[in-house]
Amino acid sequence: MTSPHLLWLLAGVAGILILASIVGEVLRQRLSPDGGNPVIENLNARITAWWGMVILLAIAFLAGETGVVLLFALCSFAALREFLTLTHHNRADHWSLVACFFLVLPLQYYFVLIDWYGMYAVFVPVYVFLLLPVLSALRGSTKDFLVRVSETQWALMVCVYCVSHVPALLYLQIPGFEGRNVMLIAYLIFVVQLSDVMQYVWGKLVGRTKIAPTLSPSKTWEGFIGGALTAIAVGTSLWWMTPFSIMQAAGMCVILTLMGFFGGLVMSAIKRDRGVKDWGHLIAGHGGFIDRLDSVIFAAPIFFHVTRYYWSLT
Amino acid sequence: MIPSLRSFAALVAGQAISVFARFMTAPRAIWQGIAPEPRQRVYFANHSSNGDFVLLWTVLPAPLRRQTRPVAALDYWLTSPLRTFIGRDVFNAVLIDRRPEARSTDPVAQMAEALDQGASLILFPEGQRNASAAVLLPFKSGLYHLAKARPEVDLVPVWIANLNKVMPKGEIIPVPLICTLTFGAALHLSPDETKDAFLARTSAALLAIGQPQP
Repeated sequence: MTSPHLLWLLAGVAGILILASIVGEVLRQRLSPDGGNPVIENLNARITAWWGMVILLAIAFLAGETGVVLLFALCSFAALREFLTLTHHNRADHWSLVACFFLVLPLQYYFVLIDWYGMYAVFVPVYVFLLLPVLSALRGSTKDFLVRVSETQWALMVCVYCVSHVPALLYLQIPGFEGRNVMLIAYLIFVVQLSDVMQYVWGKLVGRTKIAPTLSPSKTWEGFIGGALTAIAVGTSLWWMTPFSIMQAAGMCVILTLMGFFGGLVMSAIKRDRGVKDWGHLIAGHGGFIDRLDSVIFAAPIFFHVTRYYWSLT
Repeated sequence: MIPSLRSFAALVAGQAISVFARFMTAPRAIWQGIAPEPRQRVYFANHSSNGDFVLLWTVLPAPLRRQTRPVAALDYWLTSPLRTFIGRDVFNAVLIDRRPEARSTDPVAQMAEALDQGASLILFPEGQRNASAAVLLPFKSGLYHLAKARPEVDLVPVWIANLNKVMPKGEIIPVPLICTLTFGAALHLSPDETKDAFLARTSAALLAIGQPQP
């Protein structure tokens, strides 16, 4: 599944990470020689974790379609665990929770793997939506029933359904782009994450005006505009790796950065409601899987459907 | 089975159980009151599932884990060859008999002996799995008698959160939710403290670290 474009993009990302590692090390020596500056320590933990994530992603790309589907299924699993740890459920939901992890999740990714669009597009929002509450209802507990089943459905939509649209990009049939679909995934993730990272960088450098102080103290207008414009500029300049023209690529990047930003906002609102700072603890410096995936979760389905509608034959 | 093969099998089984526990619960240790140092300790925790001691054992750093032995009920762990293998060989449990009428050795003496050999212990002072609506059952007196017998040893409260949701009593398949283990500050028996006062104080300390932090 390798294409020269993918190698170029990975080399570019490696270059960015080498630069970031050097900057991080210089900042550490200047501002935090004894490890006492939490911002610098967190920055370096984030950079180290980025190396890990990029290497894992690269391995999955090289392993082919099954590798990519498997990687995102595992991400879904970790994300679903983080989400369902924070939702309301009681003993009557035990079987429906077991079904979420060991039935719904594997089936959704299986449908993606066999490219059954008609099924994976409706499986969670229709079949699971209707059948899963039955499992909870049969156990007879009515306390907070609507809250319980709604939150479980939300968890599945966010962590399984939305995330599964990333590997689903592999199966679009775009004339003239055959064999290069993995670039769609690489492009989606690169633009969305670059936007996140640059919003963080711009926010730390010049951020003043908070967008939503009650939701997230770190989101500022300066950070958002600077980060989004940087990501749109870089993403547009990479149009030649994609099936899009320059203007189309620019439009796609606007959609990706906006949806990514919305994802971060909505997922922050859920965290604040549940009184936690991070979704989990497995990715050092970043928090949990959802903390890193929130923007991709919102961007992936829209990117998938716009690309499918305008460019794909299927 | 020849002894070396059996101990190798126990090592592998221990790793496998530990990896499985990590996969199922992504356990997170919060060292709130103490640091994970190689000191002799008695970890006492709330007990809601058979996986409790496995999880506590799993989140300990390897050097600490090697010297830590769970205190478990002989009348449960010696009832089948598999349980015996897991209880005795894999976890090297201090097996005590919960039935006063049947036992030949004093449980507190057994625990004190394990401490004297240099081991740390994992203890569930509630004495049984808590399947009730209460957050914590009243402590049995074992913790007090052990503290009196070996007053210098650190008693560390550990609150295990969420494991009862992963595997409620009576269910077969676990739900892989995140579990958190919070380690509180070490406690000791005060010279003139009564049994009831000590059990109330240790129980309150365990409950206190179980509350969400502001």
